[in-house]
Amino acid sequence: MRRAFLNRVDKMIREEEDTVYFTVDIGMWAIRDLLEKYPERATNVGIYEDGMFGIAAGLAAGGYIPTIFGIQPYLVERTLEQIKLDFAYQGLGVNVIGTGAAVDYPKYGYSHYCAEDAGVLKMIPGVEVLTPGTANEFISLFNQAYRDGKPTFFRVSDHPNKEYDIDVTLGKANVIKRGGGATVIAVSVMLDMVMEACSDLDVTVLYYTSLAPFDADTLKREYNGGKIVVCEPHYSGTLDYDIIDALAGRSVQIEHIGFPREIFRNYGTYEDKMEYYGLNTEHIRAALAT
Amino acid sequence: MNNKEIALFANDIRRNVVCAIGKKGGGHIGGSLSICDLLAVLYGEIMKYDPENPDWEERDYLVCSKGHAAPAIYSALALKGFFPMEWLEELNRPGTRLPGHSDRKVPGIDATTGSLGQGLSIACGIAHGLKVQGRGQSVFCITGDGENDEGQIWEAAAYAANYNLDNLIMFLDWNKKQIDGRNEDVMRLGDLAMKYRSFGWNSHRVNGHDVEEIRQTIYTAVRDKNGKPTMILLDTVKGAGISCIEQIENNHCIGLPEKLVKECLGELSLVQGICLKN
Ligand SMILES: Cc1ncc(C[n+]2csc(CCOP(=O)(O)OP(=O)(O)O)c2C)c(N)n1
Repeated sequence: MRRAFLNRVDKMIREEEDTVYFTVDIGMWAIRDLLEKYPERATNVGIYEDGMFGIAAGLAAGGYIPTIFGIQPYLVERTLEQIKLDFAYQGLGVNVIGTGAAVDYPKYGYSHYCAEDAGVLKMIPGVEVLTPGTANEFISLFNQAYRDGKPTFFRVSDHPNKEYDIDVTLGKANVIKRGGGATVIAVSVMLDMVMEACSDLDVTVLYYTSLAPFDADTLKREYNGGKIVVCEPHYSGTLDYDIIDALAGRSVQIEHIGFPREIFRNYGTYEDKMEYYGLNTEHIRAALAT
Repeated sequence: MNNKEIALFANDIRRNVVCAIGKKGGGHIGGSLSICDLLAVLYGEIMKYDPENPDWEERDYLVCSKGHAAPAIYSALALKGFFPMEWLEELNRPGTRLPGHSDRKVPGIDATTGSLGQGLSIACGIAHGLKVQGRGQSVFCITGDGENDEGQIWEAAAYAANYNLDNLIMFLDWNKKQIDGRNEDVMRLGDLAMKYRSFGWNSHRVNGHDVEEIRQTIYTAVRDKNGKPTMILLDTVKGAGISCIEQIENNHCIGLPEKLVKECLGELSLVQGICLKN
């Protein structure tokens, strides 16, 4: 996914003169020549996340389309007030591409985790939160959103789906499978795992890559009264408000496969973490069985 | 410790940095190696601490604001007996007691860092608290040169001067590089010693690999307090002490396969010391 986004940004800067690109000292060897060729519009601002958001807002106010790349916790949490006031309130657009979401940097400790990204961002009205599950999905969502004048966050994962590559639309969920029992909401990179767990089960699987805006219509239409199992690669419950709101007036039983709302104090590989916190097929099946 | 012993201690810290990072196949070696001589002076000679009682109230404090250099701090702490040397083998592993960035749950670590720019403010808070309580110990802080891009560093710089935190000594590891290359190419920092001076700090520039120079400068700063915080600009080399790492231009966070570990240890083994079994 990283390669795909770098290529896409490279093309954007070369072809569209009103676009600017910022990175924050995180290993830009792949597009070094771009930084050299277009120093005014493609630049490494050093380790300076919050200030950079302000600068991007200024450029957006002047008609530019800024895109920022960095590490998720520093792009989301360190800059939250800039996101709120500089972009959301003032109605300015920015594209923010973050790597290292949730536990993608599993060994570097709590400073490098960011399981709260979607939850935090979704609290700010008007912010788009897009979590593609594959490189193609990233490109598609980026193309749909990057000029829409809104603050848009793209989560770039190092652990994309390998089996499923879906034709996604901004603000829309995809119906991957229809069934009579439970409804499984598979978010982003959880789709492969969900489909493996549900291969022989009579369930509906909805695939969400747009977490904000959330597609309430599809859920409302496809939900058939059974249990809802949300499989999300971030803090559990991040989508609960949207689900409950979409199904207002109905009582729903929601189960979660996601990271528990606790401070992560253990370290290791991505796979260790997914196992440790129960983001696996076994737990998905168990949640559907009960 | 005399200077020779400090130099040997620095060598041991380096060996253990290599072994600990090597066990996991790679990590933040460049910026860990550049502060080993400083750590040897601090833990070998300057700082008051008690490995048996890491939270001892009379201790000097150390905040490693560039948290990715934790392997070097952990190595110094292990060598000084804060925890068993074997813990170093677990660096970054599942269930480890030593996470990749400096973490307060580790005995001897005074602040969790890893998000750059924040540690100097924490050090200011510790120093301020100690001053209010009328306590005499020092608070040391290590920042990276790239880290000095962050605005929060400069807010802390203003704070420390405004509140006369002369019990605060900050080392700026001027190894001239950050992740994407040289500071000069990424974000020019200008004359850092002068910048801090203009913020109201004492500032000194020393050879960051000369233990005598480091030691004398710290001694003087601790002894001759003048109501100002002190910044010591350590002129260092990223990857210092191991030529095969120094020579790698982008040596911020690199793979350290067994062959390279051997080469590194080969360079360091000219002097025998304490090291993890490799
Ligand atoms: C707020 C924040 N932004 C980005 C990073 C990612 N990062 C880790 S180390 C580093 C470069 C640090 O450079 P410097 O301070 O010069 O450290 P040194 O060269 O001494 O290792 C960056 C950008 C981070 N840890 N925290």
